[in-house]
Amino acid sequence: MAETKRIDTPLSDAVVRDLKIGDSVLISGIIYTGRDSAHKRLVEALDREDDLPVNLDGQIIYYAGPAPAKPGKPIGSIGPTTSYRMDPYAPRLMAVGLKGMIGKGNRNEEVVEAMKKYKAVYFGAIGGAAALMAKAVKTAEIVAYEDLGPEAIRRLRVEDFPAVVVNDCYGGDLYTEGMAKYSKV
Amino acid sequence: MREIEVSKITEAVKTLCIDANYYLGKDVIDRFQQCLAKEESPTGREVLNKLLENAEIARNERVPLCQDTGFAVVFVELGQDVHLVGGDFSEAVAEGVRQGYEEGYLRKSIVSDPIERKNTGDNTPPIIHTEIVPGDRLKIILAPKGGGSENMSEVKMMAPAAGVEGVKSFVVDRVRRSGANPCPPVIVGVGIGGTFEKCAQIAKKALLRPVGSKHPMKYYADLENELLERINRLGIGPVGFGGNCTALAVHIEVHPCHIASFPVAVNMQCHVSRHKEAIL
Repeated sequence: MAETKRIDTPLSDAVVRDLKIGDSVLISGIIYTGRDSAHKRLVEALDREDDLPVNLDGQIIYYAGPAPAKPGKPIGSIGPTTSYRMDPYAPRLMAVGLKGMIGKGNRNEEVVEAMKKYKAVYFGAIGGAAALMAKAVKTAEIVAYEDLGPEAIRRLRVEDFPAVVVNDCYGGDLYTEGMAKYSKV
Repeated sequence: MREIEVSKITEAVKTLCIDANYYLGKDVIDRFQQCLAKEESPTGREVLNKLLENAEIARNERVPLCQDTGFAVVFVELGQDVHLVGGDFSEAVAEGVRQGYEEGYLRKSIVSDPIERKNTGDNTPPIIHTEIVPGDRLKIILAPKGGGSENMSEVKMMAPAAGVEGVKSFVVDRVRRSGANPCPPVIVGVGIGGTFEKCAQIAKKALLRPVGSKHPMKYYADLENELLERINRLGIGPVGFGGNCTALAVHIEVHPCHIASFPVAVNMQCHVSRHKEAIL
């Protein structure tokens, strides 16, 4: 793994440009959770030209729906969900300022192109290591779509949240390169 | 005839839901260690170490290993000399799921209607597979199934002419096309034979075997080994960042099938392989 970079949210173009595939990052600041149903609603709001419930300018969305918090803890276990399901919506959100996405699994060509166009980055988190990742979450509050339960949009304050750059703003793809490097077929 | 109160089933299911989601099996942990020794990718080794750390945190703090605490899939073996009393069997199982997911702070991940998609709020209903067996015992296996790996699963109705080579290509290709999505290192459950639905069911049942166990027939045990080797040469690696630990195991289950048919099913299981059992 390449050097570990510490980054703070919101992300600037300069920070995004500095991130390359395979970079290990520790993210601190505010990030938002959002998955299938929340994405559908966000894009429906854009279609209606309504204001979004959160300003996405420079922000990161973490594709995750946490387990309920135990008493005394800010949040329950929280690992990434599979990202391709958000592909139909992601370019629309990058167009209104979204700079980062955290999830797991491949993105489609439209999303990769949108990352190049809008200078955005896709981070992979360790799927299944959800108890470990909850440790990086210091506070959590629901900010939109509470009726969606685990799919509601939550504002998380994270410290040193671990992730790896999978797609950078230059079109690189860690999954493809990583697989090619170790493939024996 | 032995009577079992259905309230005992509720109690057992509740405990199994919580334990399955907090405590990773020793078979999986042992296999992580073996993979760690063999993994060539430094990133891959780092990921495997984090998975071991995650299992320890979940166990010590009694929190779910993964936020996706799954669809509650319940395999029941009901002894034919058992008489269930005190209420409805299916409702007793559902009540156990309801209580387990609430008291265990587990995520509720079920929507009542696949099109409308409204969360049921209590992770019910469960999926219950019941088998009537000789004896006067009731065995319950609870296997919470995450959506990410389930989505990478597939049933294929192949032509008998495809033969064993067809099975190999389909299974390896299914894993290759899944990439990082199902949270590798995965356990690959393979069903061969039966009917359309039986094939899928035995592929799921194959996931209940301890990781590292072999099929009792040498032919299929060898096939499991060969598939595991081929999958681990794909290069996907732990969580897909590249490496040679892509699968922890391949488990095959077979069933007789129709002269015209050759169904093959692949049920993918993420590394958070959860199943716990109780016998009443």
